[in-house]
Amino acid sequence: MAKSAVIGAGASDIGRRLNRDPMALTLESCTRAIEDAGLKREDIDGVAAYPGNIVAPVGYGGPQISEVQDALRLSLNWSSSGLESTGQLGPLINAALAVQSGICNHVLCYCTTWESTAQGLASKSGVKPVGDRATGQFAFMLPFGAHSPANWTALYAQHYFDEFGTTREELAQIALTARANAGKNPKAVYRDPLTLDGYLAAKMISTPLSLYDCDVPVDGSIAVIVSRADAARKRPALEIESIGCAMRGRPSWVDFDDLSTMAMRDAGKMLWEKSTLKPSDVDVAELYDGFSIFTLFWLEALGFCKKGEAGAFIRDGKRIALDGALPLATGGGQLSAGRLNGYGLLHEACIQLWGDGGERQVKKQPKVGLVASGGGPFAGCLLLQRA
Amino acid sequence: MGMRILPEVTPATASFWRSGADGKLRILKCADCAQFVHPPAPSCPFCMAGKLSPEVVSGRAKVITFTLNHQRWSPLDDAKVPYAIAVVELDEQKDLRLMTNIVGCAPENVRTGMTVRVTFEKADDVYLPMFEPC
Repeated sequence: MAKSAVIGAGASDIGRRLNRDPMALTLESCTRAIEDAGLKREDIDGVAAYPGNIVAPVGYGGPQISEVQDALRLSLNWSSSGLESTGQLGPLINAALAVQSGICNHVLCYCTTWESTAQGLASKSGVKPVGDRATGQFAFMLPFGAHSPANWTALYAQHYFDEFGTTREELAQIALTARANAGKNPKAVYRDPLTLDGYLAAKMISTPLSLYDCDVPVDGSIAVIVSRADAARKRPALEIESIGCAMRGRPSWVDFDDLSTMAMRDAGKMLWEKSTLKPSDVDVAELYDGFSIFTLFWLEALGFCKKGEAGAFIRDGKRIALDGALPLATGGGQLSAGRLNGYGLLHEACIQLWGDGGERQVKKQPKVGLVASGGGPFAGCLLLQRA
Repeated sequence: MGMRILPEVTPATASFWRSGADGKLRILKCADCAQFVHPPAPSCPFCMAGKLSPEVVSGRAKVITFTLNHQRWSPLDDAKVPYAIAVVELDEQKDLRLMTNIVGCAPENVRTGMTVRVTFEKADDVYLPMFEPC
Protein backbone atom coordinates (compact mmCIF):
# COMPACT_ATOMS: atom_id res chain seq x y z
CA MET A 1 0.00 0.00 0.00
CA ALA A 2 1.19 3.53 -0.75
CA LYS A 3 2.60 5.40 2.22
CA SER A 4 0.75 8.34 3.71
CA ALA A 5 2.14 11.69 2.62
CA VAL A 6 1.78 15.42 2.91
CA ILE A 7 0.36 16.57 -0.43
CA GLY A 8 -0.38 20.24 0.28
CA ALA A 9 0.26 22.93 2.87
CA GLY A 10 -1.00 26.38 3.75
CA ALA A 11 -0.22 29.14 6.21
CA SER A 12 -2.38 32.04 7.38
CA ASP A 13 -1.00 35.46 8.12
CA ILE A 14 1.39 35.02 11.04
CA GLY A 15 2.42 37.79 13.39
CA ARG A 16 2.38 39.48 16.75
CA ARG A 17 -1.04 40.72 17.93
CA LEU A 18 -2.85 40.46 14.64
CA ASN A 19 -6.18 40.99 16.45
CA ARG A 20 -7.80 38.50 14.13
CA ASP A 21 -10.34 35.87 15.04
CA PRO A 22 -8.69 32.43 15.43
CA MET A 23 -11.38 30.90 13.20
CA ALA A 24 -10.54 33.38 10.44
CA LEU A 25 -6.88 32.43 10.68
CA THR A 26 -7.81 28.75 10.61
CA LEU A 27 -10.01 29.04 7.53
CA GLU A 28 -7.25 30.97 5.79
CA SER A 29 -4.66 28.21 6.33
CA CYS A 30 -7.14 25.39 5.64
CA THR A 31 -8.46 26.77 2.36
CA ARG A 32 -4.91 27.50 1.20
CA ALA A 33 -3.80 23.95 2.05
CA ILE A 34 -6.76 22.40 0.23
CA GLU A 35 -6.06 24.55 -2.83
CA ASP A 36 -2.31 23.85 -2.61
CA ALA A 37 -3.05 20.12 -2.72
CA GLY A 38 -5.24 20.55 -5.78
CA LEU A 39 -8.30 19.39 -3.85
CA LYS A 40 -11.77 20.72 -3.24
CA ARG A 41 -13.31 20.79 0.21
CA GLU A 42 -15.65 17.96 -0.82
CA ASP A 43 -12.54 15.77 -1.03
CA ILE A 44 -11.71 16.22 2.67
CA ASP A 45 -13.05 13.32 4.73
CA GLY A 46 -10.97 13.64 7.88
CA VAL A 47 -9.78 16.44 10.16
CA ALA A 48 -7.04 16.39 12.78
CA ALA A 49 -6.15 19.35 14.98
CA TYR A 50 -3.54 20.29 17.53
CA PRO A 51 -4.71 20.99 20.09
CA GLY A 52 -8.29 21.94 19.19
CA ASN A 53 -10.29 23.97 21.65
CA ILE A 54 -9.10 22.85 25.04
CA VAL A 55 -8.70 24.12 28.56
CA ALA A 56 -5.23 25.61 28.31
CA PRO A 57 -3.47 28.94 28.67
CA VAL A 58 -5.59 31.52 26.91
CA GLY A 59 -5.00 31.56 23.15
CA TYR A 60 -3.03 28.30 23.07
CA GLY A 61 -5.82 26.42 21.33
CA GLY A 62 -7.63 27.31 18.13
CA PRO A 63 -11.17 26.46 17.11
CA GLN A 64 -12.55 23.01 17.76
CA ILE A 65 -12.91 20.57 14.88
CA SER A 66 -16.71 20.74 14.81
CA GLU A 67 -16.52 24.51 14.23
CA VAL A 68 -14.09 24.07 11.34
CA GLN A 69 -16.13 21.22 9.93
CA ASP A 70 -19.24 23.38 9.94
CA ALA A 71 -17.52 26.50 8.59
CA LEU A 72 -16.21 24.52 5.61
CA ARG A 73 -19.35 22.31 5.45
CA LEU A 74 -17.10 19.24 5.44
CA SER A 75 -18.43 15.71 5.31
CA LEU A 76 -16.17 13.61 7.55
CA ASN A 77 -15.40 9.99 8.20
CA TRP A 78 -13.02 10.72 11.06
CA SER A 79 -11.55 13.40 13.29
CA SER A 80 -9.06 13.66 16.12
CA SER A 81 -7.60 16.41 18.28
CA GLY A 82 -6.23 17.09 21.70
CA LEU A 83 -3.22 17.31 23.94
CA GLU A 84 -3.11 13.71 25.11
CA SER A 85 -1.03 12.53 22.22
CA THR A 86 2.58 12.00 21.20
CA GLY A 87 3.73 15.60 21.19
CA GLN A 88 2.25 18.39 19.12
CA LEU A 89 2.57 16.30 15.96
CA GLY A 90 0.40 13.59 17.55
CA PRO A 91 -2.82 14.52 15.72
CA LEU A 92 -0.90 14.57 12.41
CA ILE A 93 0.60 11.17 13.21
CA ASN A 94 -2.95 9.96 13.93
CA ALA A 95 -4.00 11.35 10.56
CA ALA A 96 -1.24 9.38 8.81
CA LEU A 97 -2.45 6.24 10.56
CA ALA A 98 -6.07 6.98 9.62
CA VAL A 99 -5.05 7.28 5.97
CA GLN A 100 -3.00 4.09 6.17
CA SER A 101 -5.93 2.23 7.71
CA GLY A 102 -8.14 3.27 4.81
CA ILE A 103 -10.83 5.04 6.81
CA CYS A 104 -9.93 8.40 5.22
CA ASN A 105 -8.57 9.59 1.89
CA HIS A 106 -7.68 13.20 2.62
CA VAL A 107 -7.17 14.51 6.15
CA LEU A 108 -7.03 18.24 6.79
CA CYS A 109 -4.62 18.85 9.71
CA TYR A 110 -4.46 22.26 11.32
CA CYS A 111 -2.82 23.98 14.24
CA THR A 112 -3.99 27.45 15.22
CA THR A 113 -2.70 29.66 17.98
CA TRP A 114 -3.66 33.22 18.94
CA GLU A 115 -1.65 33.50 22.15
CA SER A 116 -0.21 36.86 21.20
CA THR A 117 -3.56 38.60 20.84
CA ALA A 118 -5.15 36.64 23.69
CA GLN A 119 -2.36 37.55 26.11
CA GLY A 120 -2.72 41.19 25.10
CA LEU A 121 -6.46 41.08 25.75
CA ALA A 122 -5.90 39.45 29.13
CA SER A 123 -3.00 41.82 29.94
CA LYS A 124 -1.06 39.00 31.51
CA SER A 125 0.70 35.78 30.74
CA GLY A 126 -0.96 32.40 30.80
CA VAL A 127 -0.16 31.92 34.48
CA LYS A 128 -3.03 30.53 36.53
CA PRO A 129 -5.03 33.16 38.40
CA VAL A 130 -4.14 33.52 42.06
CA GLY A 131 -6.62 31.55 44.13
CA ASP A 132 -6.82 28.65 41.68
CA ARG A 133 -5.09 25.55 42.97
CA ALA A 134 -2.61 23.55 40.92
CA THR A 135 -3.67 19.99 40.09
CA GLY A 136 -2.11 16.77 38.82
CA GLN A 137 1.66 16.85 38.29
CA PHE A 138 1.53 20.67 38.33
CA ALA A 139 0.54 20.54 42.02
CA PHE A 140 4.13 19.45 42.66
CA MET A 141 5.69 22.17 40.49
CA LEU A 142 3.75 25.45 40.51
CA PRO A 143 3.80 26.02 44.32
CA PHE A 144 7.56 26.51 44.04
CA GLY A 145 7.31 29.41 41.63
CA ALA A 146 8.03 27.16 38.66
CA HIS A 147 5.24 28.87 36.73
CA SER A 148 6.53 28.44 33.22
CA PRO A 149 7.82 25.71 30.93
CA ALA A 150 10.89 27.97 30.80
CA ASN A 151 11.60 27.01 34.43
CA TRP A 152 10.95 23.31 33.90
CA THR A 153 13.15 23.30 30.81
CA ALA A 154 15.88 25.33 32.52
CA LEU A 155 16.22 22.55 35.12
CA TYR A 156 17.11 20.15 32.28
CA ALA A 157 19.41 22.67 30.61
CA GLN A 158 21.37 23.20 33.83
CA HIS A 159 21.61 19.45 34.42
CA TYR A 160 22.94 19.02 30.87
CA PHE A 161 25.38 21.93 31.25
CA ASP A 162 26.63 20.47 34.56
CA GLU A 163 27.04 17.00 33.09
CA PHE A 164 28.74 17.92 29.81
CA GLY A 165 30.26 21.36 30.30
CA THR A 166 28.18 22.94 27.55
CA THR A 167 28.31 26.74 27.51
CA ARG A 168 25.89 29.55 26.77
CA GLU A 169 28.16 30.56 23.89
CA GLU A 170 27.56 27.15 22.30
CA LEU A 171 23.83 27.16 22.99
CA ALA A 172 23.65 30.64 21.42
CA GLN A 173 24.22 29.12 17.96
CA ILE A 174 20.64 27.84 17.92
CA ALA A 175 19.19 31.33 18.38
CA LEU A 176 21.75 32.96 16.08
CA THR A 177 21.15 30.44 13.29
CA ALA A 178 17.39 30.83 13.56
CA ARG A 179 17.67 34.62 13.43
CA ALA A 180 20.03 34.57 10.45
CA ASN A 181 17.55 32.40 8.53
CA ALA A 182 14.60 34.53 9.64
CA GLY A 183 16.30 37.48 7.98
CA LYS A 184 15.72 35.69 4.67
CA ASN A 185 12.09 34.78 5.45
CA PRO A 186 9.68 37.66 4.82
CA LYS A 187 7.06 35.98 7.04
CA ALA A 188 9.28 35.62 10.14
CA VAL A 189 8.36 37.88 13.06
CA TYR A 190 11.90 38.77 14.24
CA ARG A 191 14.28 39.50 11.37
CA ASP A 192 16.79 42.02 12.77
CA PRO A 193 20.33 40.64 12.98
CA LEU A 194 21.31 39.13 16.32
CA THR A 195 24.95 38.88 17.43
CA LEU A 196 26.57 36.68 20.04
CA ASP A 197 27.13 39.76 22.21
CA GLY A 198 23.47 40.69 21.86
CA TYR A 199 22.47 37.16 22.83
CA LEU A 200 24.72 37.11 25.90
CA ALA A 201 23.57 40.55 27.05
CA ALA A 202 19.86 39.70 26.89
CA LYS A 203 17.70 39.48 29.97
CA MET A 204 18.05 36.25 31.92
CA ILE A 205 14.75 34.37 32.18
CA SER A 206 15.60 31.21 34.14
CA THR A 207 19.27 30.25 34.30
CA PRO A 208 20.87 29.20 32.01
CA LEU A 209 18.10 30.23 29.57
CA SER A 210 17.87 33.88 28.56
CA LEU A 211 15.42 35.81 26.41
CA TYR A 212 16.64 34.55 23.04
CA ASP A 213 16.49 30.93 24.19
CA CYS A 214 12.70 31.23 24.44
CA ASP A 215 10.30 31.26 21.51
CA VAL A 216 7.77 34.00 20.96
CA PRO A 217 3.97 33.77 21.09
CA VAL A 218 2.29 34.71 17.82
CA ASP A 219 -1.06 34.47 16.11
CA GLY A 220 -1.25 32.16 13.16
CA SER A 221 -2.51 28.94 11.68
CA ILE A 222 -0.85 26.18 9.66
CA ALA A 223 -2.67 23.47 7.74
CA VAL A 224 -1.46 20.48 5.76
CA ILE A 225 -3.25 17.74 3.85
CA VAL A 226 -2.32 14.14 4.66
CA SER A 227 -3.31 11.57 2.04
CA ARG A 228 -1.91 8.45 0.39
CA ALA A 229 1.23 9.29 -1.58
CA ASP A 230 -0.43 8.10 -4.80
CA ALA A 231 -3.24 10.62 -4.28
CA ALA A 232 -0.94 13.64 -4.70
CA ARG A 233 -2.13 16.02 -7.44
CA LYS A 234 -0.46 19.43 -7.71
CA ARG A 235 2.53 18.89 -5.45
CA PRO A 236 5.03 16.04 -5.33
CA ALA A 237 4.02 13.80 -2.42
CA LEU A 238 6.14 14.15 0.71
CA GLU A 239 6.00 10.59 1.93
CA ILE A 240 5.92 10.01 5.65
CA GLU A 241 8.81 7.58 5.54
CA SER A 242 8.95 7.01 9.28
CA ILE A 243 7.31 8.11 12.53
CA GLY A 244 8.90 8.34 15.97
CA CYS A 245 6.55 8.72 18.90
CA ALA A 246 7.79 6.37 21.63
CA MET A 247 7.66 7.32 25.32
CA ARG A 248 9.58 4.71 27.22
CA GLY A 249 10.48 6.68 30.36
CA ARG A 250 8.19 8.14 33.04
CA PRO A 251 5.98 10.82 31.46
CA SER A 252 6.90 13.54 33.94
CA TRP A 253 8.99 16.71 33.99
CA VAL A 254 10.36 15.85 37.45
CA ASP A 255 10.61 12.07 37.31
CA PHE A 256 11.98 11.31 33.82
CA ASP A 257 14.98 9.01 34.36
CA ASP A 258 17.60 11.21 32.63
CA LEU A 259 17.47 14.99 33.16
CA SER A 260 20.02 15.53 30.36
CA THR A 261 17.53 14.49 27.69
CA MET A 262 13.78 14.25 27.39
CA ALA A 263 11.07 12.17 25.75
CA MET A 264 12.66 12.86 22.36
CA ARG A 265 15.32 10.30 23.33
CA ASP A 266 12.74 7.55 22.79
CA ALA A 267 10.91 9.11 19.84
CA GLY A 268 14.19 9.71 18.01
CA LYS A 269 15.34 6.14 18.56
CA MET A 270 12.06 4.76 17.25
CA LEU A 271 12.23 6.91 14.11
CA TRP A 272 15.35 5.10 12.89
CA GLU A 273 14.17 1.69 14.12
CA LYS A 274 11.29 2.04 11.65
CA SER A 275 13.27 3.38 8.67
CA THR A 276 15.80 2.22 6.13
CA LEU A 277 17.22 5.75 6.05
CA LYS A 278 19.89 7.02 8.43
CA PRO A 279 20.80 10.41 9.91
CA SER A 280 23.30 11.15 7.11
CA ASP A 281 20.44 10.95 4.59
CA VAL A 282 18.72 14.00 6.09
CA ASP A 283 19.02 17.12 3.92
CA VAL A 284 17.13 19.58 6.11
CA ALA A 285 16.02 19.32 9.75
CA GLU A 286 13.31 21.38 11.37
CA LEU A 287 13.86 20.54 15.03
CA TYR A 288 11.63 21.95 17.73
CA ASP A 289 13.03 25.07 19.37
CA GLY A 290 10.32 26.16 21.77
CA PHE A 291 13.42 26.53 23.92
CA SER A 292 16.85 26.40 22.30
CA ILE A 293 18.03 23.53 24.49
CA PHE A 294 15.33 21.29 22.98
CA THR A 295 17.17 21.46 19.66
CA LEU A 296 20.39 20.18 21.26
CA PHE A 297 18.45 17.33 22.83
CA TRP A 298 16.80 16.50 19.48
CA LEU A 299 20.17 16.52 17.67
CA GLU A 300 21.42 13.90 20.10
CA ALA A 301 18.18 11.93 20.27
CA LEU A 302 18.13 11.65 16.47
CA GLY A 303 21.73 10.46 16.32
CA PHE A 304 23.18 13.47 14.48
CA CYS A 305 25.82 13.52 17.22
CA LYS A 306 26.57 11.59 20.39
CA LYS A 307 25.06 12.32 23.79
CA GLY A 308 26.73 15.36 25.31
CA GLU A 309 28.34 16.47 22.04
CA ALA A 310 25.65 18.76 20.63
CA GLY A 311 27.43 21.86 21.95
CA ALA A 312 30.56 20.97 20.00
CA PHE A 313 28.47 19.90 17.00
CA ILE A 314 26.94 23.37 16.61
CA ARG A 315 29.84 25.37 18.09
CA ASP A 316 30.67 27.72 15.23
CA GLY A 317 27.24 27.49 13.62
CA LYS A 318 28.63 26.52 10.20
CA ARG A 319 27.34 22.94 10.17
CA ILE A 320 23.73 24.00 10.90
CA ALA A 321 23.66 27.09 8.64
CA LEU A 322 21.65 27.19 5.40
CA ASP A 323 24.74 26.14 3.44
CA GLY A 324 25.95 23.67 6.06
CA ALA A 325 25.78 19.87 6.13
CA LEU A 326 22.63 19.90 8.28
CA PRO A 327 20.60 23.10 7.86
CA LEU A 328 18.34 23.74 10.88
CA ALA A 329 15.41 26.10 11.41
CA THR A 330 15.62 27.31 7.83
CA GLY A 331 12.63 29.64 8.19
CA GLY A 332 13.71 31.05 11.55
CA GLY A 333 12.33 28.34 13.80
CA GLN A 334 9.96 29.19 16.61
CA LEU A 335 12.62 31.41 18.16
CA SER A 336 12.44 33.96 15.34
CA ALA A 337 9.42 32.97 13.23
CA GLY A 338 6.98 32.38 16.07
CA ARG A 339 5.46 29.72 18.31
CA LEU A 340 3.28 27.68 15.98
CA ASN A 341 3.55 24.60 18.16
CA GLY A 342 5.73 22.64 15.76
CA TYR A 343 3.49 23.14 12.72
CA GLY A 344 5.47 26.15 11.49
CA LEU A 345 8.50 23.85 11.39
CA LEU A 346 6.47 21.21 9.54
CA HIS A 347 5.32 23.83 7.03
CA GLU A 348 8.89 24.99 6.50
CA ALA A 349 10.07 21.42 5.85
CA CYS A 350 7.40 21.11 3.15
CA ILE A 351 8.44 24.44 1.59
CA GLN A 352 12.08 23.33 1.49
CA LEU A 353 11.28 19.90 0.04
CA TRP A 354 9.14 21.53 -2.65
CA GLY A 355 11.92 24.01 -3.43
CA ASP A 356 9.82 27.07 -2.63
CA GLY A 357 12.09 28.63 -0.01
CA GLY A 358 13.11 31.65 -2.11
CA GLU A 359 16.09 33.45 -0.59
CA ARG A 360 16.26 30.89 2.24
CA GLN A 361 15.99 27.81 0.02
CA VAL A 362 18.65 25.20 0.77
CA LYS A 363 20.64 25.24 -2.46
CA LYS A 364 21.20 21.54 -3.00
CA GLN A 365 17.53 20.60 -3.43
CA PRO A 366 16.58 18.64 -0.28
CA LYS A 367 14.96 15.23 -0.74
CA VAL A 368 14.69 14.11 2.88
CA GLY A 369 13.41 16.36 5.65
CA LEU A 370 13.13 15.68 9.35
CA VAL A 371 10.46 17.35 11.46
CA ALA A 372 10.58 16.96 15.23
CA SER A 373 8.38 18.52 17.83
CA GLY A 374 8.12 18.45 21.59
CA GLY A 375 9.96 18.96 24.82
CA GLY A 376 9.71 17.57 28.32
CA PRO A 377 7.46 14.51 28.35
CA PHE A 378 6.12 15.19 24.84
CA ALA A 379 7.84 14.16 21.61
CA GLY A 380 7.05 13.13 18.08
CA CYS A 381 9.00 13.20 14.84
CA LEU A 382 8.58 12.47 11.15
CA LEU A 383 10.84 11.73 8.22
CA LEU A 384 9.49 13.26 5.04
CA GLN A 385 10.82 12.02 1.71
CA ARG A 386 10.03 13.72 -1.56
CA ALA A 387 8.64 11.17 -4.00
CA MET B 1 8.40 34.34 48.29
CA GLY B 2 5.29 36.25 47.27
CA MET B 3 1.88 34.88 46.43
CA ARG B 4 2.21 31.22 45.70
CA ILE B 5 -0.06 29.04 43.62
CA LEU B 6 -0.97 26.38 46.14
CA PRO B 7 -1.52 22.70 45.41
CA GLU B 8 -4.96 21.15 45.38
CA VAL B 9 -5.10 18.79 48.35
CA THR B 10 -6.74 15.45 47.55
CA PRO B 11 -7.27 12.36 49.72
CA ALA B 12 -4.20 10.88 48.01
CA THR B 13 -1.93 13.90 48.54
CA ALA B 14 -3.10 15.20 51.94
CA SER B 15 -0.51 13.19 53.90
CA PHE B 16 2.25 14.83 51.85
CA TRP B 17 1.02 18.41 51.94
CA ARG B 18 0.02 18.37 55.65
CA SER B 19 3.05 16.40 56.85
CA GLY B 20 5.05 19.49 57.79
CA ALA B 21 2.67 20.39 60.65
CA ASP B 22 5.04 18.57 63.02
CA GLY B 23 8.19 19.55 61.10
CA LYS B 24 8.61 16.12 59.54
CA LEU B 25 8.49 15.07 55.89
CA ARG B 26 6.47 11.98 55.03
CA ILE B 27 6.51 9.99 51.79
CA LEU B 28 4.29 7.03 50.91
CA LYS B 29 6.03 3.69 51.38
CA CYS B 30 4.97 0.23 50.24
CA ALA B 31 4.33 -2.25 53.06
CA ASP B 32 5.34 -5.17 50.82
CA CYS B 33 8.36 -4.13 48.75
CA ALA B 34 9.48 -1.22 51.01
CA GLN B 35 9.85 1.18 48.06
CA PHE B 36 9.00 4.85 48.54
CA VAL B 37 6.47 6.17 46.02
CA HIS B 38 6.15 9.81 45.00
CA PRO B 39 4.08 11.59 43.72
CA PRO B 40 1.37 9.81 45.73
CA ALA B 41 -0.31 6.92 43.88
CA PRO B 42 -3.23 4.65 44.74
CA SER B 43 -1.10 1.48 44.54
CA CYS B 44 2.56 0.58 44.50
CA PRO B 45 3.87 0.89 40.91
CA PHE B 46 6.88 -1.30 41.78
CA CYS B 47 5.13 -4.46 43.01
CA MET B 48 1.46 -3.59 42.31
CA ALA B 49 0.64 -5.43 45.53
CA GLY B 50 1.48 -3.59 48.70
CA LYS B 51 -0.48 -1.01 50.64
CA LEU B 52 1.06 2.47 50.69
CA SER B 53 1.29 4.44 53.95
CA PRO B 54 3.02 7.71 54.87
CA GLU B 55 6.43 7.15 56.45
CA VAL B 56 8.67 9.77 58.06
CA VAL B 57 11.89 10.31 56.11
CA SER B 58 15.13 12.00 57.16
CA GLY B 59 14.45 15.17 55.19
CA ARG B 60 17.99 15.06 53.88
CA ALA B 61 18.53 15.37 50.15
CA LYS B 62 20.89 16.37 47.37
CA VAL B 63 20.32 19.01 44.70
CA ILE B 64 20.36 17.23 41.33
CA THR B 65 19.57 20.31 39.28
CA PHE B 66 18.41 23.88 39.80
CA THR B 67 17.53 27.12 38.05
CA LEU B 68 17.44 30.73 39.19
CA ASN B 69 14.17 32.26 38.05
CA HIS B 70 14.58 35.93 37.10
CA GLN B 71 11.24 36.50 35.42
CA ARG B 72 7.96 37.78 36.92
CA TRP B 73 5.34 35.64 35.22
CA SER B 74 2.36 37.72 36.31
CA PRO B 75 1.83 41.34 37.34
CA LEU B 76 0.34 39.92 40.54
CA ASP B 77 3.54 38.06 41.32
CA ASP B 78 5.43 40.00 44.00
CA ALA B 79 8.12 37.37 44.54
CA LYS B 80 11.65 38.64 45.05
CA VAL B 81 13.71 37.53 42.06
CA PRO B 82 15.86 35.69 41.42
CA TYR B 83 14.79 32.69 43.46
CA ALA B 84 16.14 29.16 43.27
CA ILE B 85 13.96 26.33 41.98
CA ALA B 86 15.54 22.90 42.35
CA VAL B 87 14.94 19.21 41.91
CA VAL B 88 16.28 17.32 44.92
CA GLU B 89 16.75 13.60 45.41
CA LEU B 90 15.88 12.37 48.90
CA ASP B 91 18.60 10.35 50.64
CA GLU B 92 16.26 7.39 51.18
CA GLN B 93 16.05 6.17 47.59
CA LYS B 94 17.54 6.73 44.13
CA ASP B 95 15.30 8.85 41.89
CA LEU B 96 12.97 9.77 44.78
CA ARG B 97 12.63 13.39 43.73
CA LEU B 98 10.87 16.59 44.73
CA MET B 99 10.69 19.93 42.98
CA THR B 100 11.27 22.61 45.60
CA ASN B 101 12.89 25.94 46.42
CA ILE B 102 16.33 26.25 47.98
CA VAL B 103 16.11 28.75 50.84
CA GLY B 104 18.44 29.87 53.61
CA CYS B 105 21.25 30.90 51.26
CA ALA B 106 21.79 33.39 48.47
CA PRO B 107 20.30 31.94 45.25
CA GLU B 108 23.64 32.55 43.52
CA ASN B 109 25.27 30.07 45.91
CA VAL B 110 23.07 27.11 44.97
CA ARG B 111 24.99 24.35 43.19
CA THR B 112 24.23 20.93 41.78
CA GLY B 113 25.35 18.30 44.29
CA MET B 114 24.69 20.48 47.38
CA THR B 115 23.40 18.58 50.40
CA VAL B 116 20.24 20.09 51.83
CA ARG B 117 17.61 19.41 54.50
CA VAL B 118 13.90 20.03 54.62
CA THR B 119 12.25 23.06 56.16
CA PHE B 120 8.59 23.94 55.77
CA GLU B 121 6.72 27.04 54.70
CA LYS B 122 3.12 27.09 55.88
CA ALA B 123 0.73 28.56 53.32
CA ASP B 124 -2.99 28.45 54.03
CA ASP B 125 -3.74 24.76 54.71
CA VAL B 126 -0.52 23.23 53.37
CA TYR B 127 3.10 22.94 54.46
CA LEU B 128 5.37 23.35 51.44
CA PRO B 129 8.61 21.37 51.77
CA MET B 130 11.55 23.68 51.05
CA PHE B 131 15.20 22.80 51.43
CA GLU B 132 18.15 24.67 52.96
CA PRO B 133 21.88 23.97 52.93
CA CYS B 134 23.16 21.69 55.70
